[in-house]
Amino acid sequence: MSTSQVISSTRAGHKDGGRILRYTLHERVHHWLAALTYIYCLITGLAFWSPYMFWLAELVGGGPTARFWHPWFGVGFTISMLWMYKMWRGDMQTTAADLAWKKAIAHYIRNEDEYLPPIGRFNYGQKLFFWLMLYGVILLVLSGFGLWFVESIPWSMRWVRYLAVTVHVASAMATIGAFIIHVYMGTAMVRGGFTSIIRGEVSTAWARTHHRLWYEQVTRQNSAEK
Amino acid sequence: MGQATLQIVKISGHAGPVPGAGVERAEQVCKLVDTTTCIGCKACEVACLEWNGYTFSETVFDNSYQTMPETAWNYWNLIKFNEHEREDGSVTLLMRKDQCMHCAEPGCLAACPADGAIVQYSNGIVDFQQANCIGCGYCVSGCPFNIPKFNSGTKKMFKCTLCSDRVGEGLEPACIKSCPTGCLHFGTKDDMKDLAETRAKQLRENFGLEKAGVYDPPGVGGTGVIYVLHDVTNPEAYGGLPKDPHIPWVVRFWKGPAKWIGNLGMLFGVVGVTMHYLRFGPKQVDGQKDGDGGQP
Repeated sequence: MSTSQVISSTRAGHKDGGRILRYTLHERVHHWLAALTYIYCLITGLAFWSPYMFWLAELVGGGPTARFWHPWFGVGFTISMLWMYKMWRGDMQTTAADLAWKKAIAHYIRNEDEYLPPIGRFNYGQKLFFWLMLYGVILLVLSGFGLWFVESIPWSMRWVRYLAVTVHVASAMATIGAFIIHVYMGTAMVRGGFTSIIRGEVSTAWARTHHRLWYEQVTRQNSAEK
Repeated sequence: MGQATLQIVKISGHAGPVPGAGVERAEQVCKLVDTTTCIGCKACEVACLEWNGYTFSETVFDNSYQTMPETAWNYWNLIKFNEHEREDGSVTLLMRKDQCMHCAEPGCLAACPADGAIVQYSNGIVDFQQANCIGCGYCVSGCPFNIPKFNSGTKKMFKCTLCSDRVGEGLEPACIKSCPTGCLHFGTKDDMKDLAETRAKQLRENFGLEKAGVYDPPGVGGTGVIYVLHDVTNPEAYGGLPKDPHIPWVVRFWKGPAKWIGNLGMLFGVVGVTMHYLRFGPKQVDGQKDGDGGQP
């Protein structure tokens, strides 16, 4: 959340009646660019991962088509993640409030939110997810180039081929684990989250419950504006 | 192709059983390359191109007689020329016909994710089925002999077929047919092994080549192409023939335990979040008891 005094409807945090703008259009577009490119890579990647999931390739036009597009969508995902980094780098730094929240994370998991210390725009788990996906995509794209242009790696350097396979698989698995949790939390567990990343808005009650420090900041800025 | 001759025993990227698995044939086919009688004439290179319908590629001059540094997608058979200094200081030219080795345990097939893109016939031939190939290049990482090559135009992988089309009709491979010195032989694995061992014994006893022997690496379960070498203890001297080839352990781990660890991990993740929802349910927003707190 920017601490700028200028609040406009294109800036996250704008408070209007009972609703608060949580994600700007710009942020939503980049979230969904990343989401769609990742999901394409996930479906096709799982097809290449196991013969028992090879049928997934049929969903996107068959094996050769899936193989042709997988690396390009991977490049698209990388670009969208780097853009997200530029966009959210500041928001994603760990704060003192996050460390206190992290200690009480067991309460969060058990939905005992009344015992949780207040946090800002993103909680520690969201930040962890962001950094995991960012470092994950860097490893994926580097190892992915090794798999994409495998014949360009000379025979004498073939250990690089094996390293690329290992890194690609391991980092893909790490992102899949995080992705499962992210989708679950964004849709089923934290109601309102999914709507907010589509339409951008949350209710004031939602903001107060889940991101109290951010809510207070927005409210302060809003009254200062009046 | 005759079904009986080319029954499939192994299929790449295949879920479930393989129709021909466990089928045993007395005749495993095998090529024998006697490097001690090769004269480097490259007739086999030309015959391979002719039979398989490729035109002669541009050669790469590298201060050697060798046509190009390594086999290509449209150049499956390559004589590797290597200058080798003997112990007494004299120099000899080692020549080895390089091509797919048709491993009993093929690394390319193990690495391949595409159902039916690589098959192994019951006669031992490992064959690429380009119609099923997705062009991922995993076989490049799986092969211990640096053989599969990518055609960037068609996005398919190619390599020596051991002339499966000719062998299926009872003919010998094109390269064998063209060899003028008789350094190439084709027959059953047992016969070729026998012939190779006899030749190696002859080299040891009558030619003073004490280290002469047969190259049929056990690390890949034996191969459908075997060599008689002047010095079997140093196969690397013959243009990088690996001493103890095996499927790279990374590939074996990736296609074996990693698959199960990964699949169980993903299953655990999905079951885990489902269990969490059943146990704890969605988060409540203050002042809104219905649970859909954030709906604007």
